[in-house]
Amino acid sequence: MSTVTETKNKMNWQQLVRGNALIPVLAVLTSLIVGGILIALSSQDVLDAAPNIFSDPATFFSSLGNSIFGAYDALFRGSVFNYQADDVFKMFKPITETLAFATPITLTGLALAISFRSGLFNIGGTSQIIFGAIFAGWVGIYVDLPFYIHLPLAIIAGVIGGALVGGLVGLLKATTGANEVIVTIMFNYIAGLLLTFFLKTFMKAPNTVNPISPAVHDSAKYPLLFGVNTRLTVGFFLMIAAVVFVWWLMNRSSVGFKFRALGHNPRAARVAGINMGLTYVAVMAVSGALAGLAGTTQILGTEQHLTVGVSASFGIDAITVALLGRSNPWGVLAAGILFGGLRAGAATMQAEQGVPVDIVLVVQSMIVLFIAAPPLVRAMFRLGKEAKNEAF
Amino acid sequence: MKLSKRPMITLAVVALLNLFVAVIAPNDETVIKIATDEDFFKLADIPVAVSLVAWICASVSLAAALAGVLLHFVAKRRLPGVLTALGFLAFAFTSVVYLYNGNDLTLTSLLQGSLALSVPLIFGSMAGVLSERVGVVNIAIEGQLLFGAFTSAMIASMTHNLWAGLVGALVGGALVAWILAVFSIRYKVDQIITGVVVNMLVAGLTNFLFGTLMGSDPVTFNQPPRFEKVTLPLLGQIPVIGQVLFNQTPIIYIMYLALIVVFVALFKTRWGLRVRAVGEYPKAADTVGINVFRTRYVSVVLGGALAGLGGSFFTLGQVGSFGQNITHGAGYIALAALIFGRWNPLLAASAALLFGFSQNLQYGLAIIGSPLPSEFLLMLPYALTVIAVAGLVGKVTGPAAAGKPYTKE
Repeated sequence: MSTVTETKNKMNWQQLVRGNALIPVLAVLTSLIVGGILIALSSQDVLDAAPNIFSDPATFFSSLGNSIFGAYDALFRGSVFNYQADDVFKMFKPITETLAFATPITLTGLALAISFRSGLFNIGGTSQIIFGAIFAGWVGIYVDLPFYIHLPLAIIAGVIGGALVGGLVGLLKATTGANEVIVTIMFNYIAGLLLTFFLKTFMKAPNTVNPISPAVHDSAKYPLLFGVNTRLTVGFFLMIAAVVFVWWLMNRSSVGFKFRALGHNPRAARVAGINMGLTYVAVMAVSGALAGLAGTTQILGTEQHLTVGVSASFGIDAITVALLGRSNPWGVLAAGILFGGLRAGAATMQAEQGVPVDIVLVVQSMIVLFIAAPPLVRAMFRLGKEAKNEAF
Repeated sequence: MKLSKRPMITLAVVALLNLFVAVIAPNDETVIKIATDEDFFKLADIPVAVSLVAWICASVSLAAALAGVLLHFVAKRRLPGVLTALGFLAFAFTSVVYLYNGNDLTLTSLLQGSLALSVPLIFGSMAGVLSERVGVVNIAIEGQLLFGAFTSAMIASMTHNLWAGLVGALVGGALVAWILAVFSIRYKVDQIITGVVVNMLVAGLTNFLFGTLMGSDPVTFNQPPRFEKVTLPLLGQIPVIGQVLFNQTPIIYIMYLALIVVFVALFKTRWGLRVRAVGEYPKAADTVGINVFRTRYVSVVLGGALAGLGGSFFTLGQVGSFGQNITHGAGYIALAALIFGRWNPLLAASAALLFGFSQNLQYGLAIIGSPLPSEFLLMLPYALTVIAVAGLVGKVTGPAAAGKPYTKE
């Protein structure tokens, strides 16, 4: 009896080590450690103590520990739970910040995940967020309607805006064979410049010289979930709904089957009678629509004014989120919340410890590099070779 | 194979646009100023009537389009690139003269500024050529430029030596390219993913170090000396061309040299033949005994070193210090130039010059208060690239094996 459980346990461990389940955890861990080293190396206290490392090692190592602990403590307090706050509301506020950041990141991550699984490499999250925000912002700013019509209408406009830009990429690919990677990269810049142009001309707020639009009407704003001083909106539930929708679309619907067929083996898909051109357009339109929805959570939720920075870095963050989540909707949700947390915590880290927020980019990109190259992580942790398929 | 109608149609559309400008062009004069005070020989200013120039260019453009139609339907041949270039250039010239309508167009300063803006693009496109010709898609040009800019500024600042800074740029760019190479060649990670992520990594790292290291002690880490302009003897005396091309910082002279070397090395040497073979059909190259992995590593890393030099132009050639995201997406325009120039270093450099010109034109137009929004000129490289990859100016095909990791059997 005991031998059976033992073998079973051993097998589970073997699977864990030799399969790929452990890789994401190790990748995140390693990246955080490297991030910590960077933080320590750039801390003034550590640099001051470094020359005396042999005469006064205690000071050196305590300052080293302090800088790393201080930074990650601030990260934790800024993203999960602030145990130093004076009231319960402020204690739990960080987690709402995390989820507020996670909302657009996850939505765009889902958008890219759909395209990746369909064999299309959509790097155009930025352009699709921007157009989602322009369309939604237009309706939200210049149309006056009661709340129950205004908000849905603005959201739909944003979704259409994203879908149009995405669909155009699909159309170009279908009709001319234009490489979607190149086209989406170029579209990101074109969209940004168009947005600047709009904000300088007909979407510019009166009485200001800055390229910024007037505020969105109250009737077109996503309601806040926890009242003033927080940024988490109803958009969060839309994001969760989108996760479920993408799961259903990709795993249960016949459209999703066509998408995946295209990604798995385009030639077989064509032989099976799938209309390739139409599917390219559909994949990119759906992908763009989700990114457009992310644009609405920005303009109708957290931002409320259209500015040049409306897409923040979410278009690029989303690439890493989709990769970390292995293009699986639930994985994307988890990755989105993780990166949302990093974003939220980094703000506190910068304010309290003077660690530039850019450390997040470093950690994020290292996570993805490690995840993309399991053999590297295996070699670092001496896990041995990946198990070959032993059924044969 | 079916002959594509698209290049012919594009050419016709360009000719019609040119005609349109000719029709609406006013009878004002644009004065093209050639001489500058530093010139050895003084050339007279040339006043040109806008509408006359527009009509002449429109005729050239229409002739090109007509030739294109004849070639397509009668001779049933593909349009030569020269024809397309002629049509586009004629239209570009019309547009410039028209936009400057009634103002002075100072040719030398316009071209000098254009060259300065093109330098990082040309270095970057060379990095792209070396990398993609050997079969590794290089989205990480931006990261290579940025890190080259960073390391060159830091090292030149710490050593107070510009040449040490240039070595730092070479090493910095090569390092980023090496990361790209290791992940895409050894670990066979998708090259586009690697490129995008490497760019993120470099952006994050340089911003971080800019905020910490350089922020806390800018005198030590971020106050490099700056290259002075050196006028070449004789060549520098030629009117216009001398001022534009041969009165520049050493980085630009290195660029001329690098362009020639890269072109000759790629197309006239055994090494170049191997590089191209590996990029087109690695299996065949491997079969005849070429070390595919090593060839890829060497070419990608060399390209990265060149891009690093391009990055140093931002810091040591222009600004004189490093700033956050100082490259502003130049790496992606370099990528565009690479595609527009069909993976050929000289054509890519020409495309980069064109893009630099369109970027610089906005400054000139801003000074004379032109109503054309600067955003549209800034958009030009990106829009032209979309047009190019959509096959509207002839077939654009990269190296066959680019993007595919090679697995030795």
